[in-house]
Amino acid sequence: MSEQLWSQRQTSTWRNKIGLAEMLKGGVIMDVTNAEQAKIAEEAGAVAVMALERVPADIRVEGGVARMADPDKIKEIQDTVSIPVMAKCRIGHFAEAQILEALKVDFIDESEVLTPADDLYHVDKHNFKVPFVCGCRDLGEALRRIGEGAAMIRTKGEAGSGNVIEAVRHMRTVMDTIRRLKNLPKEELMTEAKNLGAPYDLVVEVALTGKLPVPNFSAGGVATPADASLMMQLGAETVFVGSGIFKSNDPKPRAKAIVDAVTHFDDPKILAEISRGLGEPMPGIDVRQLDEKQLMSLRGW
Amino acid sequence: MNKKRVGVLALQGAVEKHMEMLKRAGADISLIRKSEHLEGIDACVIPGGESTTIGKLLVRNNLFKPLKQRIEEGLPVFGTCAGMILLAKDIQQYDQPRFQALDVEVQRNAYGRQVESFEADLSVAVCGEPVVRAVFIRAPLITRIGKTVTVLASFEGSPVLVRQNNILAGSFHPELTDDPRIHQYFISMIP
Repeated sequence: MSEQLWSQRQTSTWRNKIGLAEMLKGGVIMDVTNAEQAKIAEEAGAVAVMALERVPADIRVEGGVARMADPDKIKEIQDTVSIPVMAKCRIGHFAEAQILEALKVDFIDESEVLTPADDLYHVDKHNFKVPFVCGCRDLGEALRRIGEGAAMIRTKGEAGSGNVIEAVRHMRTVMDTIRRLKNLPKEELMTEAKNLGAPYDLVVEVALTGKLPVPNFSAGGVATPADASLMMQLGAETVFVGSGIFKSNDPKPRAKAIVDAVTHFDDPKILAEISRGLGEPMPGIDVRQLDEKQLMSLRGW
Repeated sequence: MNKKRVGVLALQGAVEKHMEMLKRAGADISLIRKSEHLEGIDACVIPGGESTTIGKLLVRNNLFKPLKQRIEEGLPVFGTCAGMILLAKDIQQYDQPRFQALDVEVQRNAYGRQVESFEADLSVAVCGEPVVRAVFIRAPLITRIGKTVTVLASFEGSPVLVRQNNILAGSFHPELTDDPRIHQYFISMIP
């Protein structure tokens, strides 16, 4: 194969990290817990899989500390599919991130779905060759994560809830703030940066370009093709589906339908067709019944 | 001169970046998601993304056959990365939907996983000076090349940008840089 040493190339530049995120646009990234589920995801047309020990709905029910997946599990999934394999590390747990990089996962999700390892600081993501995705609830959180080196942002939603309301709230909050920034005179941007808790240079860039400097995906609560279409119409560029597929009563057709729904998110006739005969979606929970300790989306600083 | 209309296959992948680059290179653009979107296009771009996903969606959306026919009839087409895999005659190890329009064999993810993705400077005669900065992301490698395929650029002894009549294909991502020359070259291929 290649004669030149890997280290002699200019590897994993910022452009290259964001580049992979660009390649994942217009697709569905599915949570999987074993090789069999990974195969189903790939067959359905997922653009990537997220390897994890338990899907968020189970983490919610079973409780305890949720950690990085077992390396054997990640290897098993990498050996099964040819699409990119992502994995989650705990917030701030840079040692888990280093291990995931050594396992050559294609993207690390520094995720609020796992139990945070640090209640003040996130991982310095510039320090890694592997790209990172991080969750956000608002633009300030998104820009803090990008400032730390995240090459992809996903709005958090409420993982494992099967309820799209938080995903909608977070996407609307991010997009509304971007639209507002676009119309502000430059002298107001420093105060905006202070109020958002976001790096000034990134606030200026968003105000000038009218979009995030990295791809903006959606996660947390998508359970149906209609949910996926809703998030895409609100501004998501790809959809993460966690518990929504493998906690439904017939994962295969649902996985395929959600993939098709992202491609045809703005075509209601096609959406009507693909939404038929999918069986029961995952049972959802009313997030208003959850108290603060049970909300995963509040994790992240 | 009338602007050429380039349809970007928009089932999944880096569609937006190609659209920006094609606009800069002076083309009109449209999106292809259904077979009726093939009407009125002068050329087609198959973007990077996941080749297995795009292949499945081509079949499911009844786009595979009509687009294959248009390519065989001479529609200029430019495939990058996953797009090149979809145009290839043969794919090592995988039997996935593909147009088999370009006489090459490719190996998917040949350089490794994402941590082995890289950038390199390429001499591309059809673009002139200076060199082209090429972004390779989980890139495929051309492992065999037919006699009628012209190599336009190589990296470490392997072809990375090739042309066979109406077909242009690259294993890297010109849409991710600020350099529109390869897209301009593609537009110059449109009769």
